[in-house]
Amino acid sequence: MPYLGGEETVKELRRALSNPHVQGDPLRHRSTVLRVIRVMSQGVDVAGLFSEMVKACATTDVVQKKLVYVFLCSYASLNPELSLLVINTLRKDCQDPNPMVRSLALRNMTNLRLPSLVEYVQQPLTAALRDRAACVRRVAVLGWAKLHSLQPHADIDAAVVNELYSMLRDNDPVVMVNCLRALEEILKEEGGVAVNKAIAHHLLNRLKECDVWGQCEVLGVLQRYRPHSEEELFDILSLLDPCLLSPSVPVMAATLALFLSLCRRGLPAVSLAALRRAQGPLLAACGSASPEMKFTALCHVQLLLRSLPGLMGEHYKRFFCGYAEPAYIKQRKMQVLVELVNDDNVGFVLDELRGYCTDVSPDTAQAAISAIGRIGRSYSDQCLEILTGLLGLKQEHITSVVVQTMRDLVWVCPQCSESVCEALEGCEDTLQDSQGRQALLWLLGVHGDRVSSAPYVLEAFVEQVRSEMAAGVKTELLTATMRVFLCRPAETQDTLGRLLHYCIEEEADMNVRDQALLYYRLLHCGIEETRSVLQGRRSDPSLGVLIGRPAEPVSQWASSFNTLEPLRQCNAGAESAPQAAPYHLALDPEPSLDLCDPLNPSQDREETAAAAESVNLLLPDPSAGPPAPGSGGGQLGLSLSPALSPQQFEHLWLGGSQGPHGEPGVGEEEEEEEGCVCVQERMGVPPALQRSPPPQLQAALQRSHIQTMAFTPPHTLPWRVYLYTHTRWGGPAPRGGPTLVLGELLYTGGGAEGPEGEGEGGERGLRVTAKQRPRDDEAMKGFLRVLSGALHTSSTGSC
Amino acid sequence: MISQIFILSSKGDHLIYKDFRGEAGKDAVTVFYEKVTALTGDQPPVVMSHKELHFVHIRQGGLYWVVTTTADSSPFTLVEFLNRLTTLIKDYCGSLSEKSVRMNFALIYELLDEVVDNGYIQTTSTDILKNFIQTEAVTSKPFSLFDLSNVGLFGAETQQSKVAPSAAATRPIMSTRGDQGGKSEIFVDVVERMSVVIGSNGVLMKVDVEGEIRVKCYMPSCLEMRIGLNEEFSIGKSQLRGYGAAVRVDECSFHQAVKLDEFDQHRILKVCPSQGEHVVMQYLLSDELPSAPPFRLFPTIERDNGGRLLMYLKLRCDLPPKSSAINVSVTVPVPKGSLSLSQELSSPDQKAELRPETRAVHWDIPRFPGGAQLSALFKLEVPGLSSASMMEVGPVGLSFELPKYTCTGLQIRFLRLTPVQPGSSQRWVRYVTHSDSYTIRI
Repeated sequence: MPYLGGEETVKELRRALSNPHVQGDPLRHRSTVLRVIRVMSQGVDVAGLFSEMVKACATTDVVQKKLVYVFLCSYASLNPELSLLVINTLRKDCQDPNPMVRSLALRNMTNLRLPSLVEYVQQPLTAALRDRAACVRRVAVLGWAKLHSLQPHADIDAAVVNELYSMLRDNDPVVMVNCLRALEEILKEEGGVAVNKAIAHHLLNRLKECDVWGQCEVLGVLQRYRPHSEEELFDILSLLDPCLLSPSVPVMAATLALFLSLCRRGLPAVSLAALRRAQGPLLAACGSASPEMKFTALCHVQLLLRSLPGLMGEHYKRFFCGYAEPAYIKQRKMQVLVELVNDDNVGFVLDELRGYCTDVSPDTAQAAISAIGRIGRSYSDQCLEILTGLLGLKQEHITSVVVQTMRDLVWVCPQCSESVCEALEGCEDTLQDSQGRQALLWLLGVHGDRVSSAPYVLEAFVEQVRSEMAAGVKTELLTATMRVFLCRPAETQDTLGRLLHYCIEEEADMNVRDQALLYYRLLHCGIEETRSVLQGRRSDPSLGVLIGRPAEPVSQWASSFNTLEPLRQCNAGAESAPQAAPYHLALDPEPSLDLCDPLNPSQDREETAAAAESVNLLLPDPSAGPPAPGSGGGQLGLSLSPALSPQQFEHLWLGGSQGPHGEPGVGEEEEEEEGCVCVQERMGVPPALQRSPPPQLQAALQRSHIQTMAFTPPHTLPWRVYLYTHTRWGGPAPRGGPTLVLGELLYTGGGAEGPEGEGEGGERGLRVTAKQRPRDDEAMKGFLRVLSGALHTSSTGSC
Repeated sequence: MISQIFILSSKGDHLIYKDFRGEAGKDAVTVFYEKVTALTGDQPPVVMSHKELHFVHIRQGGLYWVVTTTADSSPFTLVEFLNRLTTLIKDYCGSLSEKSVRMNFALIYELLDEVVDNGYIQTTSTDILKNFIQTEAVTSKPFSLFDLSNVGLFGAETQQSKVAPSAAATRPIMSTRGDQGGKSEIFVDVVERMSVVIGSNGVLMKVDVEGEIRVKCYMPSCLEMRIGLNEEFSIGKSQLRGYGAAVRVDECSFHQAVKLDEFDQHRILKVCPSQGEHVVMQYLLSDELPSAPPFRLFPTIERDNGGRLLMYLKLRCDLPPKSSAINVSVTVPVPKGSLSLSQELSSPDQKAELRPETRAVHWDIPRFPGGAQLSALFKLEVPGLSSASMMEVGPVGLSFELPKYTCTGLQIRFLRLTPVQPGSSQRWVRYVTHSDSYTIRI
């Protein structure tokens, strides 16, 4: 902050400081120095007063000394030569009988941060390590760390290191902790203090003497200790157990982090027990009076919930928002609430969330509506009722978020589409922002046959297309109009014509124009072609129903516990959703809080393109001619259609062939029970598989026309994927009928780490279990070939 | 590990800046202020990063208290440290405000110098710090508007049934001058925060009472203090002891320094208080209250023929007749686009206004005696009022203070100091309940 008249002030202060009358009067002298510091902290550059201040340092007045030191430490680096003058005074003070003066001098001597002064500092520092007064030793110990950071490349003095190690036994707990801190810094290159058994036990025994800050530090260092036997480990754990319930939150968190790191290998049950035990103090911290502490605790509760879903379920009321709480706390609380929903409390939670939907802060309202949408995946009826009610408010921001939430919901829960379509009527007038309109257009396009007013709403949109600014809305409008045209051609033909004309002739945005051209040419290919391209899936079949919510192993997040990491994730919605639910398709409009993904239209395009590809494979391709007969006398084709819903998949996978439930598409196959075959195969695991993110793998599989149903989240073990495909023999002489193949990929990793290692021991590899009906061994082999190829392409990162 | 600590005013003025490790430049302050003011509503502000530097901050007394760190430190420790730092500065400077920080910057630099060395927290205990701190606090004149608002906040009860001057607890712990200097006093405050949700049918949906016993000690030397709680005090659900005036809490935790050898038998806490403010005990009661919730609301909300919104609110205070609530503020969210408000209130000291920025009607009642019932009639002009808009009315939020009252019924039976202090020592016990969040659904 620039301070006007700075130069004048400095001049005046210099006059006052060099005035012999001022110097003679201790009180006046001190108040002048005080003024210098005041001006300094206001941001004025007072470096010019350095020599005067050096003189002011030679005083018996401790308060003045302290003030001058504040000044000197700030400006010493600008005046290394003049600083040399201070050293003498400081060294003299180091001999002072008063320990306070000694520690003060020592501390500031090391705080000057001038490499040129190191040689003068070393001698008093060495002496101070053996000082009688603990406060001097505290300063001296850290002084060595400061010296080291001044000359990071200088050789480490072994004598000092040894001295510091021996001072871990100092009587004063702060000296002990400071020794740890200094050694950690000095020995950073070697990985910090060597925590052997003797040191670890010494530290544990003296833990009680330290204050909370010291305890946190010691607990942190102990994380590197590896007990030699299980017995020792449990001794340590039981010794630390009371600290888990410490009233001081930092100590509790540090203890829990230590527990998690001690139990990292092989004791997942103990870690979970520790988490359960620490939930009380953590809950208490969630109700702390300080909002920042509340926030920190909430972020860590979210971590806990990843491994223990539903923990704290009965305490859900503790996460209700206070009406005066800041918005960021409210949002976190809602995210936690969503995770805690169960059959007993869903009514109460929804009641509470409904109250937030009309909050004056749009962010809070938006978060509440999204939260309801996420609960809707499990309890769709209740949630849809609330969402539909909110549309009645006819408020711009609420309607927009509700429509987006409904779009997300329909995508994952196809059974909601009926009620959503009813609710959509009439909300187009309220929508103003592009995100909301895109969501509405998507819904209209995909479910145009059920919304009676769809063509007329689209017509209104097309009429205003000239004044439309957002390209995203225009592409969405194109797709939606095309889709509605396919199911209700008579009502839409004119509108579509005008829209295509506008987009091709007048539109400036290349993306929009290209898409319009694509559709135009597609229409020339014939209605059936168009239909097969545009009418992709209406919902994502890979929903969390299949696996439920898997509990992540604690080791997934243990390393980020009690660090800044959990607090830093700004895109809060993205954090909780995909990690909680099984990873589903990238095509899913991400239900994040900031629904700002302009990718939606392009995702749609991808989807339709993928559908088109699959069609091309099935239909005789006019340009490529008849497919060349393969070596086996026919080429194996895989295809995605007819699509399976998760329920159907689950039913088939679990061998539920008790009788057909009239499910379309699979009914015929099901009767041939004897034709069903189950194959297990082991594949070499591609080295990069663990690191390859599922969307990539998924894309690779999809390109091979294998549909993934559900994923476990990445980096979890055991890691599995469920998938399916239909095989069909191409070529003039089909060698067999179409078959349906269901598969599961299971990767258990190193074996020892997998809590349920499936009995495979240390065996590495990817196990493929595939079920086929009806049986066709050739087709099965073909499928496995394609699968292994896809896995390898995904892991080499060629996509 | 702390790299820098700085204190900024809400307008971004640099009040205090101290660099401990020389890892980051002074421009971090500007970077921080730019970042914190650029945040949108839904971004959590507590931790922000700029290149390799992480900012952790809290807001207290209208100021930003910021630490920067380069290593991945424990957020719990940093936040707790900042909170402790604010208490410490409050103890030493008397109060926490931009003015007191500006006036006492020398003292604060001195404190920071002793509290943190090379980025490591050394001590935050006043017992140790008092040996090092030499600068005296500068206090503003005891008469200020801030102090006035405290009048009557705590009703103090002592043996002499005297009322503690409101500024008594907002003076620095180390003043040797001035009219109150050197007076050895001790304040024991029982402070409870209640968060309540009452359903539209009047059923108590949620109630949490978080309470603490705070000791603020101005005595230079005090060996031991014994605080006697209600004898019928019980912890947890199982320990139901008889009937009558039992005081029950669900969870209870004590400061490290509290000795509990007489707690099980006689419910006595033994502490050796150090100077300054400390929380000796924290407790929590959830899901039930020993008495009725302090406020009940009976709303009637309808649309009249002219498209106006009529809200008839009857608010009843269910406190015992001799207690009363003060600074009661009722916030009623109203539909968007509400234009004007006409009101009928039952007494002239009440006030009500429509604030478009919070989209709510605020009804302020300075004093509300127990057992009384107040009513208010609001008529709102809302263009385009529809039946769906009625959903936007509510839930109603209340904020209030209940002096001389604890929801849990926790009382302090006695306060004994050993050895008995010479003449001038004064002991004050004060009770207050705040509303953390008191929501009534409509």
